[in-house]
Amino acid sequence: MAKYLLLKHYRGAPAAVNDVPMDRWTPAEIDAHMTYMDDFAKRLEESGEYVDGQALKPEGAWVRSDGDGRPPVTDGPFAETKDLIAGWMIIDVDAWERAVELAGELSAAPGAGGKPIHEWLEVRPLFPAPPTVDD
Amino acid sequence: MDDVRLREIVPAVIGVLVRRGADFASAEDAVQEALVSAVANWPADPPRDPQGWLVTVSWRKHLDQLRSGRARAGREVAYDLEPPPGPVPTADDTLRLYFLCAHPTLPPASAVALTLRAVGGLTTRQIAEAYLVPEPTMAQRISRAKRRLAAVRLDEPGDLPTVLRVLYLIYNEGHSGEVDLATEAIRVTRQLAAVADEPEVAGLLALELLHHARRDARTDATGRLVPLAEQDRSRWDPAMIAEGVAVLQAALARDRLGEYQAQAAIAALHADARSVEETDWVQIVEWYDELVGLTGSPVARLNRAVAVGEADGALAGLAALAELDPALPRHTAASAYLHERAGRLAEAADRYAAAARAASNAAERDHLTRQAARLRQSG
Repeated sequence: MAKYLLLKHYRGAPAAVNDVPMDRWTPAEIDAHMTYMDDFAKRLEESGEYVDGQALKPEGAWVRSDGDGRPPVTDGPFAETKDLIAGWMIIDVDAWERAVELAGELSAAPGAGGKPIHEWLEVRPLFPAPPTVDD
Repeated sequence: MDDVRLREIVPAVIGVLVRRGADFASAEDAVQEALVSAVANWPADPPRDPQGWLVTVSWRKHLDQLRSGRARAGREVAYDLEPPPGPVPTADDTLRLYFLCAHPTLPPASAVALTLRAVGGLTTRQIAEAYLVPEPTMAQRISRAKRRLAAVRLDEPGDLPTVLRVLYLIYNEGHSGEVDLATEAIRVTRQLAAVADEPEVAGLLALELLHHARRDARTDATGRLVPLAEQDRSRWDPAMIAEGVAVLQAALARDRLGEYQAQAAIAALHADARSVEETDWVQIVEWYDELVGLTGSPVARLNRAVAVGEADGALAGLAALAELDPALPRHTAASAYLHERAGRLAEAADRYAAAARAASNAAERDHLTRQAARLRQSG
């Protein structure tokens, strides 16, 4: 088994096929989208492949140290052009092909007009622990 | 009674329930429920006869499941709470349990989980923690595996290579939390060796012991991976090495070589060298030749090329490496190492850096990055 991170972007991903921002959807379309996401996570739990999923608020800031004895420096809110992560899901699956298959399903969540969004999701393998046998 | 002894009696208890007529999936569920209750209650109130307690409680849980199933189906319920004592479980029962849990129709991850639960006696929570997934996910993985097994006939002959493969996967998982998978793998391999008199079972046990003996030396105080050549060999466990070597010699004497015996032989030769300079690389190359002959494994070929580099010089190693597919995992890392040994430091540094970008785990990436940095500092 191998773990993969599925990353969803607010901004910064290539344009989706059904590229209408969520605030232009009808409330029923938003509900349908949320139900699809919940059902997807539930199905993954049932197939023994779900690890974690979280959504992120769009706000926040860059933070860095400014040296000993000084408070950290912040830079925010984020510029409108910044690549922005909307949330993630971590899955634990047999192979890369299965990760791609699942990301494809997630990308087909319904959006405006009840039609699949076909949005681009970023799929990234997690590093596993080093093996015990190494010679 | 400690956790390990508790785990050891689980397969026997499943065996008793199956003998009394429970199907494997229900028996396994019932024992798991009893086990969770034992973990909760025994520390305060330890039973005098742990196995008897587990059998009684598991059988009750099994009957409860049956009753609720029948009640849902609206049928009559008539069961004796205490069945007549059945025959004691035998070595065949235990072996059958291994074969079932590692059945070839199961995906490896399911076979691993089921083996740890039914043969290893771990709870679902412990297995979930060891594999860094939530408990409900692991619970589903196990129940799906059991549903798949429902179609399997119990009298089908077992498949020992698949069982060994599953135990090897558990052993090699590496990281350790509350439950240490390497230790659990050694324990269940030992249990298997007691009921399956096959050289390859002994070979796997020897391999596990010989690698486990190096465990303390594999990481430094900060948790960094220390490669074999740089390990402090005084931290290897001599008793474990002695046991591994004895198990391996007995297996090899039967003259039915297999991949685990060959891998264990390589580990034994490393264990035998008091310093890296004393390593018998010529013999190690010969064992890699055996391993390549047995498995054709590209990883074995790659390791062989590195061993050739030690036995016959770095240039010979590079020549052996040149015959292999550069897309193999760790090919670039091996090439970096051999270039360094050949004195081509700048090329080695570039290759270490490239290998770090392609590393298959974070510890390896960090190690390779440090190698590149070290050569660039000195260059």
